[in-house]
Amino acid sequence: MTQFIKKSIVALAMVAISGSVFAAGELNLYNWGNYTSPDLIAKFEKAYDVKVTVTDYDSNSGALAKVKAGGHGFDMVVPSANYIQIWINEGLLIETRPDQMSNFKNVAKDFNNPSWDPGRHYSVPWQWGSVGMIVDTSVYKGDINTSAIFLDPPDELKGKINVAPEMNDVISSAIMYVGGEPCTTDKAILRKVRDKLVAAKKHWLSMDYGMVEKFAGRDVAASLYWNGAAYRAREKNPDVRYGLPQEGFALWMDSIVVLKDAKNVENAKLFQNFVMDPENAALISSFASYANGITGSEKYMPEKLRTSEEINPDPKLAAAGKFLPACSPEATKMYTAIWTELQK
Amino acid sequence: MNDVSQSLSDYEQAARQQETRRNWLLCTPALVVLVLAASGPLLVMLFYSFLKSGNYGGVIYEFSLDGWFNVILVRDIFDDVLRFADAHLSVFWRSIKLSAMTTITCVIIGFPTAYFIATRPRRSRNFWLFLITIPFWTNLLIRTFAILELIRNNGVINNLLMDLWLIDEPIQIMYTDTAIMIGMTYVYLPLMILPLYASMEKLDFQLVEAAYDLYATRIRVLRRVIIPLIKPGIVAGSILVFIPSLGAFVTPRVLGGGKNLMLGNLIQLQFDQGQNWPLGAALSITLLAIVMVTLLVYVRYSQRSGGQDG
Repeated sequence: MTQFIKKSIVALAMVAISGSVFAAGELNLYNWGNYTSPDLIAKFEKAYDVKVTVTDYDSNSGALAKVKAGGHGFDMVVPSANYIQIWINEGLLIETRPDQMSNFKNVAKDFNNPSWDPGRHYSVPWQWGSVGMIVDTSVYKGDINTSAIFLDPPDELKGKINVAPEMNDVISSAIMYVGGEPCTTDKAILRKVRDKLVAAKKHWLSMDYGMVEKFAGRDVAASLYWNGAAYRAREKNPDVRYGLPQEGFALWMDSIVVLKDAKNVENAKLFQNFVMDPENAALISSFASYANGITGSEKYMPEKLRTSEEINPDPKLAAAGKFLPACSPEATKMYTAIWTELQK
Repeated sequence: MNDVSQSLSDYEQAARQQETRRNWLLCTPALVVLVLAASGPLLVMLFYSFLKSGNYGGVIYEFSLDGWFNVILVRDIFDDVLRFADAHLSVFWRSIKLSAMTTITCVIIGFPTAYFIATRPRRSRNFWLFLITIPFWTNLLIRTFAILELIRNNGVINNLLMDLWLIDEPIQIMYTDTAIMIGMTYVYLPLMILPLYASMEKLDFQLVEAAYDLYATRIRVLRRVIIPLIKPGIVAGSILVFIPSLGAFVTPRVLGGGKNLMLGNLIQLQFDQGQNWPLGAALSITLLAIVMVTLLVYVRYSQRSGGQDG
């Protein structure tokens, strides 16, 4: 009898220890750097007893190349809209049918049947935003709602400009600036784009990420960048403003998808459904300061963020924005060639 | 008598042979791992450099010389005209220039440092050497960000200079070639000091005294006595600094701002956003070739001067 009691105590202790240390399941998330809310992860871990590991990447193409190479061990990834078709066509994703999940009803109408994933058979909205100009207005007082800030820079800004090293955002901004449509294959337009970018590059300081800190430290005075980062930079440097180029600017949405060689498919599906809950989507936005495409999440966001000009721009200025379509392979090939030439 | 010694030496020889064989056998696992781990990845690189590039990264298993072709020449995207890949050449040139400047700066800073340590009393030398190794305790990335913190517009150096009214506007150091050089000098300096110290420690300072007794000036003592004697240390230190500088990745990435590429970054770009793996592979092999040629030149040079001294 005492033997039995001893044994059961040991067994119970083991269960208790393993319960506290080892979660029942795992989930490996591969996401953009500085983009995943720790609160969201903690909440998911607690709700489903799943250990979540987050790994960062810094470009769509980098993430694609790494996953294609295999042996990565990730379950989920968060590509931008114009990359989703590539991921699908390369056969890298599982059709998890988010449109049949219980929280799908919360997805905003604008985003529940997007061109890049008709019917949302693969992807769930993570965040969306715009590509615009962050400008330190203590350095430059002129009009900031133009791509001229980085393509025909005013003297005050020369040598103090950063450009986000994300090919599609840079090239499409330049295409719209010289009067073309995103994804064009018109060589006359693209030649103008290349010449403009190459000529402008000598006025740039850097092509780098991490701009929230750089604006806070006043290391750069202007950057082609994203609205959420602009909001975070303004929190740290009150002179920072966000401009929306009226020649046309790009809108983007990053969506979360499940990889074909995922080991934790069921947890990944749970996570997709989880982030479509307004309260959880609000956690994502509160961390990275972008809108999320889930109806009803606004009321869980901090007041300051919800009413900020970065998330709620003047409708007159916002009208110039358009979502980037998925470009044809020959367009992508030409853009890559321009991009490589620009990077060197 | 003769027979006995004969058979004894036979026996000895057999034993020795057996021992040699056993030593080789014992070394085999380590040798296999070394050969596979060192040359395996290189062979994969060489193989990939002769393949076609895939659509979104990766390779297609078809023979192609495009990777190598693109190292030197590029086809204009609009009019198909062939031009020299001046962009690549400028990156090569920047890498070699910055690595050489880093090496020279390391000699200039490292030489007096090593001399100082070598001339301390024997007991306190270990303490000074210990100080040199302290930076190695911290991760390279963190040390690089620390440098960034020093040189940024709002950083320690610029703020200090502005507080002292020496400058009105911050000096732009961050994101320039100078920043990369400062970072690499800081990171690789110990690799210069340690071999310099090793050869200075062996330096017979009586020779220096003798030179002074013969009315040599300070400069002359340095040029004709000290430097020739510690040349092996300078050569070893230069190799240890120059070669990792050529392939440096983290330092130019953080301090160069993604615009001033060095070879390591150019190669990474081809595997990432450039989506041209064969070109990346060909560039890696080219870097390897540059390193090998530099090493050969160094070794030749140091051997010849060593022969003269002897």
